[in-house]
This record gives sequence, structure tokens and C-alpha cells, in this order.
Amino acid sequence: MGESLAATSNLLVYSAMTAYAVALVAFALDLSGRGRTLVAPAPGQGALVGVGAGAGAGGAAGAAPARDDDETGVRRRAAAVGVSTTWLALLLHTAAVVTRGVSAGRAPWGNMYEFTLTGAAVVTAVYCAVLVRRDLRYLGVFVVGPVLLSLGIALSVLYTESAQLVPALQSYWLVIHVSVATVSSALFVIAFSANVLQLVQDRRERLAAAGRPPQRGRFMERLPGSVELERTAYRLIAVSFPLWSFTLVAGAIWAERAWGRYWGWDPKEVWTFVIWVVYAAYLHARATRGWDGRRSAYLALAGFACILVNWGVVNVFFPGNHSYAGIG
Amino acid sequence: MSAPGAPAGSGPVTQPRLGALGTARFVWRQLTSMRTALLLLLLLAVGAVPGSVVPQQDVDPAAVATFREEHPALAPWLERLGFFDVYASPWFSAVYLLLFVSLVGCVLPRSRQQWTAWRARPPRTPSRLERLPEHRVVTAPAGGDPLGSAAAALRRRRYRVEVRPDGPDGAGGSAGTGSVAAERGHLRETGNLVFHLSLVGLLLALAASSLLSYRGQVVVPVGQGFSNTVARYDTFEPGAWVSPDDLAPFAVGLDGLDVAFEEAVGGQLGQPRDFEAQVEVVEPGQEEREDVIRVNEPLRAGGAEVYLAGNGYAPVITVTDAQGRVVYSEATPFLAQDAAYTSTGVVKVLGAQPDQLGFTGAFLPTAVVDERGPRSVFPDARDPLLLLTGYRGDLGDVNDGLPVNVYELDTRSMEQLTTDDGAPWSVALRPGDAVDLPGGLGSLRFGYPPASEGAGAAPDAAGALAADAEALPRFAGLTVRHDPGRLPALAFSVLAMLGLVASLFTPRRRVFVRVLPGQGGGARVEVAGLARGEDAGLAAEVDALARTLGSSAEPASPPPAGGEHRSDGSVPAQEATGAGHDGARAERPPSPTATGTSTTSTSTTTRTRS
Repeated sequence: MGESLAATSNLLVYSAMTAYAVALVAFALDLSGRGRTLVAPAPGQGALVGVGAGAGAGGAAGAAPARDDDETGVRRRAAAVGVSTTWLALLLHTAAVVTRGVSAGRAPWGNMYEFTLTGAAVVTAVYCAVLVRRDLRYLGVFVVGPVLLSLGIALSVLYTESAQLVPALQSYWLVIHVSVATVSSALFVIAFSANVLQLVQDRRERLAAAGRPPQRGRFMERLPGSVELERTAYRLIAVSFPLWSFTLVAGAIWAERAWGRYWGWDPKEVWTFVIWVVYAAYLHARATRGWDGRRSAYLALAGFACILVNWGVVNVFFPGNHSYAGIG
Repeated sequence: MSAPGAPAGSGPVTQPRLGALGTARFVWRQLTSMRTALLLLLLLAVGAVPGSVVPQQDVDPAAVATFREEHPALAPWLERLGFFDVYASPWFSAVYLLLFVSLVGCVLPRSRQQWTAWRARPPRTPSRLERLPEHRVVTAPAGGDPLGSAAAALRRRRYRVEVRPDGPDGAGGSAGTGSVAAERGHLRETGNLVFHLSLVGLLLALAASSLLSYRGQVVVPVGQGFSNTVARYDTFEPGAWVSPDDLAPFAVGLDGLDVAFEEAVGGQLGQPRDFEAQVEVVEPGQEEREDVIRVNEPLRAGGAEVYLAGNGYAPVITVTDAQGRVVYSEATPFLAQDAAYTSTGVVKVLGAQPDQLGFTGAFLPTAVVDERGPRSVFPDARDPLLLLTGYRGDLGDVNDGLPVNVYELDTRSMEQLTTDDGAPWSVALRPGDAVDLPGGLGSLRFGYPPASEGAGAAPDAAGALAADAEALPRFAGLTVRHDPGRLPALAFSVLAMLGLVASLFTPRRRVFVRVLPGQGGGARVEVAGLARGEDAGLAAEVDALARTLGSSAEPASPPPAGGEHRSDGSVPAQEATGAGHDGARAERPPSPTATGTSTTSTSTTTRTRS
């Protein structure tokens, strides 16, 4: 039964990836300006008028019922398609995670493949949860893209058969420590996308202020300004940082039980600590005159680079107690 | 500092000499500035990295030794720079100690400020509320007490409230007019301070751990035991303030050890699945008790924890010397070198005559011998094989009672045993096998000496199997650790996290309500709010308050301008705080919104690019 469930899980991952790909295209269309139509300000009429630049607005979308998407009267059919396919992908992805867990009879994050699979699902879940409250559809490409990429890496490089755990991982701390680490990482991923966009936007704004409006990357004009992007990134990191602290402390408690010391400078511990310090520096920088805005965003990017190292390099190349990757 | 500046157009200006005290004050101010803290934080992050790349003496001494051999040119330089022991190196210590000095130097003055702020009254009501970022005007019904209900509503929302009615000695307003000033969010700075002070506590707890803890490692074959004494441990790492007398007296006997490995063929074949040691614990003044130790479930005894850190095989080896005396018959631990438990070990026969004997070799639980050499392919004992070579002579330091590594053979004053044709002597034994040593030195047997000759003339299969198991007990690698610093460390960590959450998510707000006489007997009520720092919920709060106080709200602020994404909160908070509304405290710089430790920080919502 375990094997067939694991096969089902793999099938679901492929299905989710297909849905993500559709969502990615839809979000990209939205950013490109196609798939957006200006609803005539006269209410109740529902007359559609093409937007100046992206005239051939029809594109992919059929005659969807008119609905005011935001107060400005721009209808974003492509973005709507993106959001609904992202929800579909999340559903399939979650099913893949659950079947994988059931096939092994434990929490589905016992090796690097499973951690990546679950982590990517959490990224999408966090994004969808934020979407309910705030309009972050402009981030769609930059969230779905990395998710799709990491699923591809998970399947092609990290794939490991579904199996039982080594004794060191057989603890309820696996559920506590790793699940919080996953949610925290997911928030850092989305914040990273916002930070990158912030820096691009910031550069465009400075060029425009210097009287040389940038010619390329017109789609950025449909994104919020750098200040708004900066604030979005900060809010995500502000939520993520305490969760990362918790990951650190929970990891120490578990290490005390499993290895007989709560802190031993194992490579994974070192990098988790480094990430914590870098994001702490980000929070400090944001409150320091002269270091806010662009400079603190660079620190956040450095923090995210450390997360990538912690995920992709430490498990595989640095021998240590956390070598559970399971890839040979 | 000493170079005098010479502004153009004026005569030479000599800066006043700072003097010793002034210099000290200057250095202290630099050290406790946010910029320095930021720099030190980044240095700490960068400094921690090499310890994950270069092997560390504390974590894995064997890896350090290998690294030295592989990089003979680089290793001495790394050694000089402390890269093999990064986290105890002077430069790493300097960074974190400076960081903590900076932290304390910043947090203490702020704690004093916060103490005053806790007891201060809410600020003066600004004269022109419409200049605050959020402003609503409602009309309260006649006959009510808008001031009173505003104060009550704000108190319910956990504001510190001060009601300032236009009293009889005031400017002659009609009854019921006046203003309410309210403030909340002191928890933000308090949380910030708690977080930083808890980090200091955490550092002290770590120091206590390092000074007061000890860690001993011991290898115990099934059927044997150990007592918590320094002499019994294979390795013992005491903290600087630990003396051997401090070890709590207790003893642990190992009754059994269950292991399970992945049997399913595939990538995970041979991966460990479960380890469990059954033990008997004896503590003074207590009944002997039975317990189990598993990987995530240490045993608690005598204020220390006993962890199951490893396991392996301790094949029983019996050596009979030239005179036919049994001089060695022991379960001898062979330490696993890989995942399939290819193990190495040493036998030291101190009492052999005429010469002392030593053997080194390998034990393979599931042996395969082919062109790639002998090795084990599965960690369970499916086809055990013991490979040994021997030495005769003087075993060295161990004879003088000096501490030596049990798992190394000092062959400096020994010669290797050879066969008659001069080749090195070596044997491969299965459980129950026995061989004669070359040169009439005696014999060696994989197992205990036969109980009595003749009794077991025709051993049946079951008997042979039992003999095998007897000849091949497992051992448990146990780690004993006593660490009085861990609970304080946990307590400070939890406290730090609570402080962190409070400092990140407590909004700092001021809300003012002014009641003026309105038309038709009602009262005109103005509600205004001011956020100090990041605050997404201020508008909703002011709205809700306005709704409870009156009806027919006429929005004072214009509706949001068109545009796909409104950049909300773009009204600079500092303009509002600094423009004189805040007279009582204008001289105090606004506090940072994040977890700042700075004295030079500023509110973060003040910069907008447009």
C-alpha cells in the first residue's frame, strides 16, 4: 500500500506542476498588460474598453462576467485565472504531500525531497492565505515561479524513495521543528521576491527622477512603488523572523534530547544561526538612518542567499549531524 | 579626531582636545551606536561561516586530523588564525563580546527612559487634530457624555487614558466638552528591551554551560556496565570549573541492546531504523530500577543524562599464551567506520608470556571479500568475520599506568608476527573458530574458551547459534552529560522570543478625542489617531472609535486618490510627531519600530519616494 500511495503522490506532484505552469503563464500575461481590461466608469453597464497599450486585451480570457476587481476599474482576467489555478495547484500539491506522508506513515519531511516538496506547498499556502487579505497578485509570477522551480529540482535531483526514518529523526520534535522552519522559509521566499522587485522598482524610480525613464521592463509600471514593496517585504520578514527564532530554539531543545547538547556548532546549526543574525541585521538596518530602503533590502537578499546555502549546500556538502538528505 | 578642520574663509580653527575622558566617551558612543551594532552583527555572521566549512576540533577531531594531512601547506595558516576552533578563537570572541557590550550600552539607557515613559501621562492634546494622519468628525447625540464614553472605549482597548475636560476654570466651555488623550504601545519598547536583555542572559547561560558541564563517553558491551567516574570514561571533557569529585555517583548496567535496520532492498537498505538499550540504574539511596535508553529518549540519573550515542559489535576474543594459560578473554569493542558497520579494533594482552601480545584488525558483520578488499555490506551480523594481524613485544605506556587510547596499538617497541615464510601473519575467523599463533606463542579464539573439553562433542545447530551470539555481543556507545546551564538557556530563549514578538507586533498609537459644542444640542466629536512606526490597523481603529462615539460621520480626509495601488500611510509620521503636536516630548527622538538597539535610530515611516 505504501508504494502505491507514494506513486500516487508523485502523480499528484506532476499534476500540481502542470497547474503551477498554467498559473505562471497567467500571472505573466497579467503583468504584461494583456488580460487586463478597463471597466468603463459608468456603473451597471459593464461595457469593456481595451486598455491603451495592451489593445488586444481579449487574449486568453473568454467573456467572463464583469466584476470590478479593484477600485480603479481595471479588470484583470489573467490574474484571476492565475489565482484560481494557483488554488488548484495548492490543492493537488497538498494532496501530494499528504499521500507521501501517509505512504511512509509519518510527517512528510524526513529527507530533502520531502522537505522541498512540503516547503514548496507551504510557500503556495502562505501566498494564497495572504491573497485572501491583501492584493499581492502582482507577486504571482515571483512566487509560483520559484515553487515550480523547486518542485522540478526536488523531482529531478533530490528524489528519494518513501521509507522509514533513522532513529535520530524519530521524535515529535521533527514535526514541531521542521514545520515551523518550513513556514518561516516560505515567508522568507515571498519576502525575497518582494525585495528583488523593490530594488528593480527603486532603480526605475531613480532613473525616472533623473529624467531618463527606463525603456525596458514596462511591466514594472503595473507593480506598486518601491516603498510599498519594501513595506510588504518587511511585514513578511517581521512575521518570519520570530518563527525562525523558534526554529532555532526548538532545534536546540531537540538537539539536547537527541545528541546530548543543545548547541554544538554543527554546520546546519551554524547556518541557521547565520541566517538569524543576517535577518536581525536587516531589522536593525531598517531602523538605522542611511541604511533603510535599498541597503536593508540588500541585507534581506543576503539572508535569503544564506537560506539557499542552508538548504542546498549544507545538507549535501558539509558533513554533520543534519546529513539526512537521503540523496546518494 | 586630532586633525583640525579648517573651514574656508575663517581663520584656523582648532578643535578642543578631547582628553582621556572625552576620548573614552567618544569611543563609547561609537560602540553603542546602531551603525556599530549593525557592523558587528554582520561580522558575527561572516565570522561564523568558516566553522561550517573547515572541520572543527570540538566537533570532529578526526576530520581535523584528516584535513591537516590533506592540506599540509594551508593547515598551519588556518591553525594560526584559529580556523580549527573558530567559536573559541580570539577574533570570534572579540566580535560577540563587543556586540554584547554595544547591546548593553544601548539597552541600559533605554531601559531607564522606558521606566520614565511608563509613568508619564499621555501627551498634550494637539490643538489642530485635523493635521494628524487619521481624522474623523462625528456628531454625538444630545444628552450623552461623549468624553466619558470615549475614555471608557479607549480604556477597553487598553489605552492609557487622560480626560481633560474644559473645566470651570478653563476657557468657559459648556459642560461636557474637552478632550481625551490616549496612548498605547509601551509594550513594544518593553518587549524590545526584554528581548535584548534576555540575549545577555542567554550568553551568561551559555557561559555557565561551558564552565560547569561535563561530558563523558563510554563503550559498554551488553552484560557489562559503568559507573559515573572519570576513570571509567574513554573520553571525558570537563568544563573549566568541574572537578572529578563533582560527578554524581550512579552506575548503569547494560542488560540488552535491540537494533533494527532497513531490510527492504533499495536505496535505504541498511539504514538504521531503531536502537534501544535496556539498562539497570543504581543510584545511592534508591532501589535499583530498570529503564530503556533510545536515541531521542535519554536516561536521567544523578542529575545527568545518559544518551545512546552509538552501537556496534564487541566480539569476544580469547587468547591463550605459550604456557597454555588463558590470559585474555573479553568482549572487545570494534568501532564502526561506515554505515555497514565495517569496524576496527585492538586487542592488548598485557599478561601474555614471554612477550606481551597485541592484535589489530577489522570486524565485518556481513562480510564480503573480493577484489575491492574485505568489507561489510550490511550492518546486522549476517555473516560475521573477524580479520586480525598480531604483534609481540612491549605494549608501551599502558604498562606504566599512563592514560592511552584503548583503540590504538602502540607498536613502536613491538614486532609484527610472521608466518614461517616471513610474510605477515593474519587470520580470518568466524565465531567459534580458533587458531594457533605462530612461533608457539599460544592460540587465539573467536569466542569464550570452550566450557569443558568433551562435553559438547557433537554440538547441534541451535547450540552453535547460541554460541555465536555469545561470542558476538553488541556494545552501546553511551554519552553522559551534566549541564546546569541548559534550563537557564531555555528560559532566556523563551523570554527573548516573547519580547521579540511583543516588539514586532505591538502597535504604538496615540488617539485623541475632542468634544466641542455642536449644532442642535449634540456635540461635535473629533477623533484623530497617530501611528508611531509601522501600523496597518490605525485607520480601522480610529474608524471604529468614531462609530461608537457618534453618527453621521463626515470623513475629514479626502477619499483615496485613484491609482491601482495606493501607497497607504504615506503621510510622514514624523512630520506629525515632530511638528509641535508633541510638545511635551519633542526633544526625545522617536523610537525605532524594529528591534533596534540604537540611540541614533529614527522612525521608519518617514521616508517616501514619489
